[in-house]
Amino acid sequence: MKMRKIKDLTLRGLTWLCAGVTAAMLLFLLAYILLKGVPHIKPSLFALHYNSENVSLFPALVITVLTVALSLLIAVPLGVFAAVYLAEYAKRGSRFVRLVRTTAETLAGIPSILYGLFGSLFFVAWLGWGYSLLAGSCTLAIMILPLVMRTTEESLKAVPDSYREGAFGLGAGKLRTVFRIILPAAAPGILAGIILAIGRIVGETAALIYTLGNTADVDPSRGLFTSGRTLSMHMYSLANNALYTDQAYATAVVLLVVVIGINALSAFLAKKIVKR
Amino acid sequence: MGKFTLCDVELWYNDFKALKNVTMDIGANEITAFIGPSGCGKSTLLKSLNRMNDLVEGCKITGKLLLDGEDIYGGIDVNLLRKRVGMVFQKPNPFPMSVYDNIAFGPRTHGVKSRYRLDEIVEKSLRDAAIWDECNGRLKKSALSLSGGQQQRLCIARALSVEPDVLLMDEPTSALDPISTSKIEDLLAELKKRYTVVIVTHNMQQATRISDRTAFFLLGEMVEYGDTEQIFSLPRDKRTEDYITGRFG
Repeated sequence: MKMRKIKDLTLRGLTWLCAGVTAAMLLFLLAYILLKGVPHIKPSLFALHYNSENVSLFPALVITVLTVALSLLIAVPLGVFAAVYLAEYAKRGSRFVRLVRTTAETLAGIPSILYGLFGSLFFVAWLGWGYSLLAGSCTLAIMILPLVMRTTEESLKAVPDSYREGAFGLGAGKLRTVFRIILPAAAPGILAGIILAIGRIVGETAALIYTLGNTADVDPSRGLFTSGRTLSMHMYSLANNALYTDQAYATAVVLLVVVIGINALSAFLAKKIVKR
Repeated sequence: MGKFTLCDVELWYNDFKALKNVTMDIGANEITAFIGPSGCGKSTLLKSLNRMNDLVEGCKITGKLLLDGEDIYGGIDVNLLRKRVGMVFQKPNPFPMSVYDNIAFGPRTHGVKSRYRLDEIVEKSLRDAAIWDECNGRLKKSALSLSGGQQQRLCIARALSVEPDVLLMDEPTSALDPISTSKIEDLLAELKKRYTVVIVTHNMQQATRISDRTAFFLLGEMVEYGDTEQIFSLPRDKRTEDYITGRFG
């Protein structure tokens, strides 16, 4: 009896310790970045154009938002419709479905530098787009496509068949059932996948260096063909230069805020959709 | 002639023969009950009346199934068939949207756009399903916030919203408490004036309480079919007698 109590207590202590360590690490990281970064956030960091004097992160901020938007614009429709096909239209267990699924799983496991290499050979060189926002976003779109597709497929599969029966039973066709009943019901899961995808885009550097280029400033007149760098890449470059360590930390703070902001926005959207 | 005329209906799930030689007439404006032990084919037969079996892979059906003399498995538009032959399922399955949108989904599917007309249909359907009083004022609330019994009546209202001729009900009260069950049974007595109702039930008391005619199924075979009173008082077949007296099943 006593032995059991000791065991119980030890185990409880252990789980508490693990949870504590995890939280502590995160808090430490946050505090460290904030302490090192916040004092160095200055208006000049947000100057419209970058020069080695102001080390502005504004161009990178714009590029980050644009890259996220553009990559999602390409990957989300493709991924969602592919998943709708796999989950709703394809015959279960058909060869084609298995092929698509295996491909997606393999793609999801490839290191991102390989996507970068492919993008630089295909989009940048072969299609002649040069280092550009478009080439970078297309590369990232390919990278997150399997993620979007798999999470969407899983959430479609999680929608109970009784919804489908209910809709068919009222004389609704397949298309209407999928778009009015199934997809809205699966929306929270799909959004969770999109949030993960956003996280990967914002954190990506390797796949972008040879596709988006790594220039600190942007040339708005070139539109989608301007080269640039995202905040992560910007940070990497600053951190490489001993002169700019402080600015690197300041950039890190901004990046954190951006990520938290995007996640909050997504969660807000998800809640709104679910309520409807 | 009845609402449905079935002649030599046989149904396979791949190699498994789920229905053998079913021949019957189902009368209009009556409640017909299908009873029998689990796996006897009664739900299968019910689902073949509005072709919900089409969704099951490897399902094959032969014989004649006529609705008002029209071949259900002929050149008929399946969606229009299901509009005419509505269905209520075993577990309440409201869509994850508001009460209003649940009811309006059917009419919208069939082309009703006018807001005024939709309001009308929603109110009428909810009234007919005896749930208007409980739902009025919370039409914009999620249907999932209703209780189980209310959800099932909502599903009945949803089925009524497209103005069907027939209501198929697959054990509609088996997931509900006795009070909700009796509400739905009262409702059925009201509905049969305007609709033909076919109901699958595991509950023999329920069959005696509400149905006009009863069919007893066993291992894919329709053993006996007749007036409910006769089936439960003077069954002709020994197997029917054994089942209704609780000797098996």
